[in-house]
Amino acid sequence: MMLIYILFLPVAAGVVALLSERVSRRLPGWIAFLGSAIDFGLVTYLWAGGKAGDPSSGGWISQFQAPWIPQAGITFHLAADSISLLLLALTTFLGAMASLASFTEIRERRGFFYLCLTWTIAGIIGVFLALDLFLFYFAWEFMLVPMFLLILLWGHEDRFRAGVKFFIFTQLGGLLMLAAILGLYFTHGRVSGAYTFDYQALLGTAMGPRAATLILCGFLAAFLVKLPAVPFHTWLPDAHTQAPTGGSVILAGLLLKTGAYGVLRFAVPLFPLLMQRFSTVLEILALVGILYGAFLAFAQEDMKRLIAYTSVSHMGFVLLGLLSGSSIAFQGAMVQILSHGLSTGALFVLVGALQERLQTRDLSRMGGLWSVAPRLGGAAMVFALAALGLPGMGNFVGEFLVVLGTYGSNPVVAVIAAFGFVLSTLYSLRMMARAFFGENREGWKIPDLSMREAAIMVLMVVPLLWLGLYPRTFTDLATRPAVSPSEGASGQIVQPPSEPPEGAGGEE
Amino acid sequence: MSPSLASLLPLIILAGAMPFLLVILCFVRSHGLTFYVTLLALAASLAALATVTPLGAPKVGILFVFDGLFFFYGGLLLAGSLAVVVLSHEYLSGRPGDVEEYYVLLLGAMLGALVLVASRHFASFFLGLELLSISLYPLIAYRRSAPHHTEAGLKYLILSGVASAFLLFGMALIYGVTGTMDFASIGARLMGLVSGRPMVLAGTVFITVGIGFKIGLVPFHMWAPDVYEGSPAPVAAFIATISKGSMIGLLLRYFSHVSLSGHPGLFAIFAIMAIGSMFAGNLLALFQNSIKRLLAYSSIAHFGYLLVAFLSAGPFKVFAITYYLVAYVATTLGAFGVVTLLSGKEHDADGMDAYEGMGRRSPWLGGMLAFMLLSLAGMPLTAGFIAKFYVVAAGIGSALWALVAVLIVNSAIGLFYYLRVIAVLYRSPFAEAPPCPSCGIKARVVMIVLLALVVWWGIYPSHLVTLIQATRIAQ
Repeated sequence: MMLIYILFLPVAAGVVALLSERVSRRLPGWIAFLGSAIDFGLVTYLWAGGKAGDPSSGGWISQFQAPWIPQAGITFHLAADSISLLLLALTTFLGAMASLASFTEIRERRGFFYLCLTWTIAGIIGVFLALDLFLFYFAWEFMLVPMFLLILLWGHEDRFRAGVKFFIFTQLGGLLMLAAILGLYFTHGRVSGAYTFDYQALLGTAMGPRAATLILCGFLAAFLVKLPAVPFHTWLPDAHTQAPTGGSVILAGLLLKTGAYGVLRFAVPLFPLLMQRFSTVLEILALVGILYGAFLAFAQEDMKRLIAYTSVSHMGFVLLGLLSGSSIAFQGAMVQILSHGLSTGALFVLVGALQERLQTRDLSRMGGLWSVAPRLGGAAMVFALAALGLPGMGNFVGEFLVVLGTYGSNPVVAVIAAFGFVLSTLYSLRMMARAFFGENREGWKIPDLSMREAAIMVLMVVPLLWLGLYPRTFTDLATRPAVSPSEGASGQIVQPPSEPPEGAGGEE
Repeated sequence: MSPSLASLLPLIILAGAMPFLLVILCFVRSHGLTFYVTLLALAASLAALATVTPLGAPKVGILFVFDGLFFFYGGLLLAGSLAVVVLSHEYLSGRPGDVEEYYVLLLGAMLGALVLVASRHFASFFLGLELLSISLYPLIAYRRSAPHHTEAGLKYLILSGVASAFLLFGMALIYGVTGTMDFASIGARLMGLVSGRPMVLAGTVFITVGIGFKIGLVPFHMWAPDVYEGSPAPVAAFIATISKGSMIGLLLRYFSHVSLSGHPGLFAIFAIMAIGSMFAGNLLALFQNSIKRLLAYSSIAHFGYLLVAFLSAGPFKVFAITYYLVAYVATTLGAFGVVTLLSGKEHDADGMDAYEGMGRRSPWLGGMLAFMLLSLAGMPLTAGFIAKFYVVAAGIGSALWALVAVLIVNSAIGLFYYLRVIAVLYRSPFAEAPPCPSCGIKARVVMIVLLALVVWWGIYPSHLVTLIQATRIAQ
């Protein structure tokens, strides 16, 4: 039942926020913030309470199942294992931050804005919880419309083009995934006679190699677009740049993670052998993403676009970590998912704050802002250092573990990926130097961070330091995703020998 | 009451209401009275369909069959026509000229649609088709104020006449080979047929031309944008939903007897029509600046999607088509409802500029149109989402990979123009636009019901699924 509350709390908060605009213009933001914050509380409560895990549940901490469209074998099946919980914690936390960051930026139709914001978050939560493939697809598509509206209605100068590009790219990927899901459904149904969309039933479906390849390609089409992997990334810089601050935080911090989640929850467990065969191609895509994204970030004049391209680079590490069979790399990918969400989210909040003050995101017009707004500069420095992988911050742990884990199986890939560190230093420091140091040529005089903005920065840096200094809290949870007990026994999932699976008690 | 009379009651009520209305009009000319009589007749027909027809004989004479298909499609079309009548009342109120005959024609068109979904014989097929068409000609040109209304009516008249000629020729060819005009007997005789196959193929193709014209499939789609644009908004809604829906019902019945799989050539023809409709509809819709033309092209594309399900085999076929049609009818009525309610006394609200900033000026109507467009695009929370899911499922279940691929590509293309309209709806208006006309309580109820249905069938379709799964075509 808890999962139902977690899923529907943002939906309800959005509706209340919409209605509350009539009472007060400030109320919608607070309601959206409180909704996400309470949701975060529920997730941590579940985390704290369910850590022991029932051994018979196969690693699932909480489940909920109800009939939905029984005629087609569709159930409303939610389930959370420790990985879902980590991602849910990130989702609800960033949701609260995104609401808080939009208080002053959004001036008109606030109620509707926060409705779209919270509903996007609800869709993302649905993706992280769905264990029925139809429900997964439903949630996957569900988040598109409110996200599109966020970009279209409150975005910047080129919002229509950016919003439509985002929508069409992800929708095309989503429809290919629908075809793949249905392919899997019919294949499983013909073999077993039971037509169902249930994840656990579909695991281990026997398929011919050609059908399996086609179905996997359908899934990957959706996941690689969202992740994004080069060459499917072109929607990302536009959408991130044109979205309002809250939208950018959610896009970079959460929406991209749904692609990673898809790979680890569906692509790898459903097609363990085939994914190994695909891994060379995907590793190359990941490497290209790491280097090409960093390279393009280095060349940007638009500060928001710069940060957007860094996402392409950082998500390359995530993909790499998910592909390598090693559990260290997998944990690295999970840590990277969390840290990237926090650090990039915070950077987008900062750019948003700058844009509110300067009315521009153009790096060439900035300069010398540190002396004018030292707190803003300091906060930007912290998160830029996090992004470049300074030890002590989560990003370092994540990228380091990914490279370390990959080195064992594929040293060449690991070495090439390590060049990403160099490039990330270049673009991060260049951004800092252009914006905050040097000469204040345009004579900017801007107010420094307000209490609210400073609070956001502090709230976001704490978990980032935690991830960097004591990652064990998170890596212990980030063992392999849970599957049903019978499937776990079939040997499809390689259990790491060294790590005690605390979060997934059923797999021992 | 004899069983056959009981079955026929829905048709009899409509047929009786027409002369009744005409007699009333000799004495009293009252828009309100005519409207209520029409509404009552349609509601009585729907009630008879739901209560009396299941008790009666399934087959009446050689012309009609009142099976599950008739029950479901007839109910759908009658319910849709109730919405059209209410919207028409809203649209015609306060317009100059005589408006009462409009309702008589609407009843005639509806009677034709019902005859079509009940027919199991070429004679009743043609009868229903002509009843529908002839009622539609004057309806399309009902407003004679501007030349393009008359142009639309004439265009439909001439092209429809040509299509009917093709249809008749096709029927003659089939009759020439099989010696019967009864669908079931045709199917049975074609099974064991050795000679005369080219003639059968030619005959079926000519029949397909007639049906394809009515549904607006490529390459017989040319009339659709002009007719939608030129006809009054509620009439366009009628053509888009009830006229096309009745032809789908007939198509399903005819091809449940005459097997498609026996004719590879026929299968290819339908596949080409599907692919052509999807591409032509979506690509041409990209360039439209008129909402009605845009909806016309989008409707062409939607029936292309529907044909993908039509070409599939297996348990999902009839189900997917019917679900898609239900979602399409509810959504299209909602979209045209907004167009109707926004239309002024002089012109229909058609150009994009009429919709500029609509979502701000009138949040309910603008939001409604945006929602209906999202349903047409197949986004979650709308009936269109589930409908598209079932159509893709039907295609994949029958391994129609190429058609499904075309469908997916076209869904992405289609997204662009739906989103473009939504962007227009929420753009700030350039100038201070006039406030939206207020609409009456009846129209409001209809719109809210349509919205509720689209949401309900998009979130919890289980009831509708059960209902459709019970729909059987009598053999």
